[in-house]
Amino acid sequence: MTLTDEPTTVTEPAKEVGSARLRKEDGRLITGKTNWTDNMVLPGMLHMAFLRSPVAHGTISNLDVSAAKDRPNVVAVFTGQDFKDEQGSIPCAWPVTPDMVNPGHPSIAVDTVNHVGEAVAIVVARTRTAAVDAVEAIDVDYTNIPVVLDMEEAVKDGADLVHASTSSNTSYHFVFDAGEAGTGTDTDAAFADAEVTVSRRFVQQRLIPAFMEPRSAVVGVSGDNYTLWSATQIPHILRVMGALTTGIPEHKLRVVAPDVGGGFGGKLQVCPEEILALLVARRLGKPVKWTETRSESLMTAHHGRDQVQFIDVAAKKDGTVTGLRVRLLADMGAYLRLITPGVPALGAFMFPGIYKFPAYRFECDGVFTNKVPTDAYRGAGRPEATFAIERIMDELAVELDMDPMELRRKNWINAEEFPFTSVAGLQYDSGDYEQATQAALELLGYDELRAEQKQRRESGDPVQLGIGISTFTEMCGLAPSRVLGSLAFGAGGWEQASIRMLPTGKVEVITGSTPHGQGHETAWSQIAADQLGVPFEDIEVLHGDTAVSARGLDTYGSRSLVVGGTAVVKAAEKVVAKARKIAAHLLEASEDDLEFSGGKFSVKGTPGAGLGIQEIALAIFAAHDYPEGIEPSIDAEAAFDPVNFSFPHGTHLCAMEVDTDTGFVKIRKYACVDDIGNIVNPIIVEGQMHGGLAQGISQALYEEAIYDADGNLTTGTFVDYLVPSAMDLPTFHTGNTTHAATSNPLGAKGVGEAGCIASTPAVVNAALDAVRHLGVKDILMPLTPERVWRAIHQGGDGGARAAEGSNAYGGARTTESGYEEAK
Amino acid sequence: MTQINVRVDGASYVDDVEPRTLLVHYLREQLGKVGTVVGCDTSNCGACTVHLDGESVKSCTVLAVQADGSEVTTIEGIADGATLHPMQKAFHEQHGLQCGYCTPGMIMASIDLLKNNPNPSEHEIREGIEGNLCRCTGYVNIVRAVQQAAGEMSSTTTGAQA
Repeated sequence: MTLTDEPTTVTEPAKEVGSARLRKEDGRLITGKTNWTDNMVLPGMLHMAFLRSPVAHGTISNLDVSAAKDRPNVVAVFTGQDFKDEQGSIPCAWPVTPDMVNPGHPSIAVDTVNHVGEAVAIVVARTRTAAVDAVEAIDVDYTNIPVVLDMEEAVKDGADLVHASTSSNTSYHFVFDAGEAGTGTDTDAAFADAEVTVSRRFVQQRLIPAFMEPRSAVVGVSGDNYTLWSATQIPHILRVMGALTTGIPEHKLRVVAPDVGGGFGGKLQVCPEEILALLVARRLGKPVKWTETRSESLMTAHHGRDQVQFIDVAAKKDGTVTGLRVRLLADMGAYLRLITPGVPALGAFMFPGIYKFPAYRFECDGVFTNKVPTDAYRGAGRPEATFAIERIMDELAVELDMDPMELRRKNWINAEEFPFTSVAGLQYDSGDYEQATQAALELLGYDELRAEQKQRRESGDPVQLGIGISTFTEMCGLAPSRVLGSLAFGAGGWEQASIRMLPTGKVEVITGSTPHGQGHETAWSQIAADQLGVPFEDIEVLHGDTAVSARGLDTYGSRSLVVGGTAVVKAAEKVVAKARKIAAHLLEASEDDLEFSGGKFSVKGTPGAGLGIQEIALAIFAAHDYPEGIEPSIDAEAAFDPVNFSFPHGTHLCAMEVDTDTGFVKIRKYACVDDIGNIVNPIIVEGQMHGGLAQGISQALYEEAIYDADGNLTTGTFVDYLVPSAMDLPTFHTGNTTHAATSNPLGAKGVGEAGCIASTPAVVNAALDAVRHLGVKDILMPLTPERVWRAIHQGGDGGARAAEGSNAYGGARTTESGYEEAK
Repeated sequence: MTQINVRVDGASYVDDVEPRTLLVHYLREQLGKVGTVVGCDTSNCGACTVHLDGESVKSCTVLAVQADGSEVTTIEGIADGATLHPMQKAFHEQHGLQCGYCTPGMIMASIDLLKNNPNPSEHEIREGIEGNLCRCTGYVNIVRAVQQAAGEMSSTTTGAQA
């Protein structure tokens, strides 16, 4: 709402959508009255603890649990042998090619282990500590099998195999060729005719989502009915998949995601431990709980990214791009989890970014290694694509001796060209890249910083300054169900909402999009308040319990507002339409003569008389007087299936100081202007941008999951895996331009992943811009001081994470096992 | 088992605990004070931060027996009835939380920060909460929240003295 000096004669109700409402969720979160899964206590509840494999690849040659069974307060001990006939396989919902190899994913190892941390035995005890203590009493031996860790080695002929049942470590070969698809011209011809080509190999290091709330699952048993409380992003998907995997009939399984402490894609999973909790509860007929430790989480919850990217760009000497070619090796880890193979395939469509490439070809090999599986992590495929295209645009600019922004400007889609069909076949809905860029340049103070950079360069200052650019778009609002079908995804992309109009005038909005920190309760209340004309405070948003919210597809892919919020709009429209018939009856007027505004039906031209929708809710609850032929209810539900993705875009600029003496990098200023369509709540939007930026910047500067040569995760605690603190991150300067999305009535495009997708290449480009004149062409992520120093002083890309023999070095040998050195 | 006497959020408790029991597990599992949470096992994340005799501690790094005879304040004990503590109010008003998992510890650490430095600079705030990790917010709004609370708490103090 804005203040105006002019008195206005139109009494439009104040709009909730667009206002900076403080969050409804906060009350319980700031007072410690939150319902985390691990807070749950059920009568007679038992506790589960896992024995996990310390070897990355081996056969279980001896497993004796008898001593553990004799420990005090231990109720049962199970191994893979106990569940081999009923555990099925962790589901993979995205077979990206018809011939994709999926060796199956047991929840608990039966005779072989394929990554460190894989579950080998389960102790069930009266207390958490008794279970953990008894794990120590299990006697187990493994016979080692050569470990497969390096993707480029793993795809070679004759390489050691992760799975003996397969003929190679390649799970699939996925191709998108714009020429063959009819969305572009022939890529080989484009490169044959190119005046300039630039080729690079980029590494997307493995990351760990590192949500703050560790995973937790509690299973309650009532006869043959089971309730699974879980710290999950996806209670609805988990219910379907849990039922299919365990054989518990779907109508006998209720899944509840209570308050969930972050996910970032990391809780978009059907976890082995969730399945095992169900199996143990079923076997014992008793409620069970499992809550992971942080070390367990880092070691066994799925990881993200981990790609080797080979990217070639073809261009004319004037900078016009003419072709793009991408070949990926994508690390699947040891198994395929829910959407493991689909993550790089989702990125396939985003490599062309905001640029008008006439030709494009994408190929990806999904590769098995003896590591924990990868899967969704904030952005899922799109950060990887954005990094590659935004990095190579800078490389092309260097090759052509052009200003990197001028090169982008020359090739990006102009505002008047929307809607624009990209070479990957996506129809970008709306935007103005120039406008966002101008705003971002001003927000950063670009000209002053360029002048300072020049001055530092000329004076030979040991602290050099660089400015990095990332002009990006992303596909959000996952997703049109038919498109998902064409990509062989195992589910649709619709979302569901229901509205219950309670007799006292209060309103329940039930959403199938399950939040885990995003603020759905607040934003959905704002949407429903506007649609129904009822007070924000009179609305309660219910979610996350399959017994309450029967249908839904949950929260990921910046989809909640775009798809789930629209479902609320659609349900509200149905409520109003049903209420209109009753209002007409009670007001003794024709429906056509009624207007609905501010929650009130009134007869046109008779502004005084009217009936509020909350009054109608009571009237229809009593149901003493309503029209013939209709049901006595104004409740409604709606499912919304988008016809297109939405395409947020933005310009991100990073000014970076690089100390050439120490290799220490420091963000001087970070500014970005994003177009995410219409904004429902500016406070929540800013928060989402901040959080995304933190994670994207952290990929560039801090985070890397490192395995040693034997497949041990050496970054298995928060001591070793650097989740940034307040001291490690700058203040962010954010802004917005607004071009409404055209694919939904809210005009919203999605914001959850934008900061994470856009920021990583801006940061790396900035660091390189600072030291390129010193001969540095690339530095591997994360830009640790050691790597930056080595790149400046020794050449190359900075090499492995740390000096050989140190804990953080990815190739260090830790045993006498006699395998080949990884490096 | 060792017997301990401890006051938590204004109530007195007498309990037998295993000597190895961490204070956070005692709070959560024996007292049901589940507002305080566990986020890691290496004392890095600070989600479990409480006040022990007025000083902020990571309750995963304190044994329950060490709290014997002490006063513990958790996130559940800082509001005055229905009136939020200024730090709780500031986190709400500055959108200093998203999922809320780090929030109890972050608020408790921030209160202790202001006790030691009532008027901190942005840098001092960032340094002061360095031991508490948040994965959602990027910290900008947390810093703003601590700044707001510092302003309100110092003006309250000034007002009381006037």
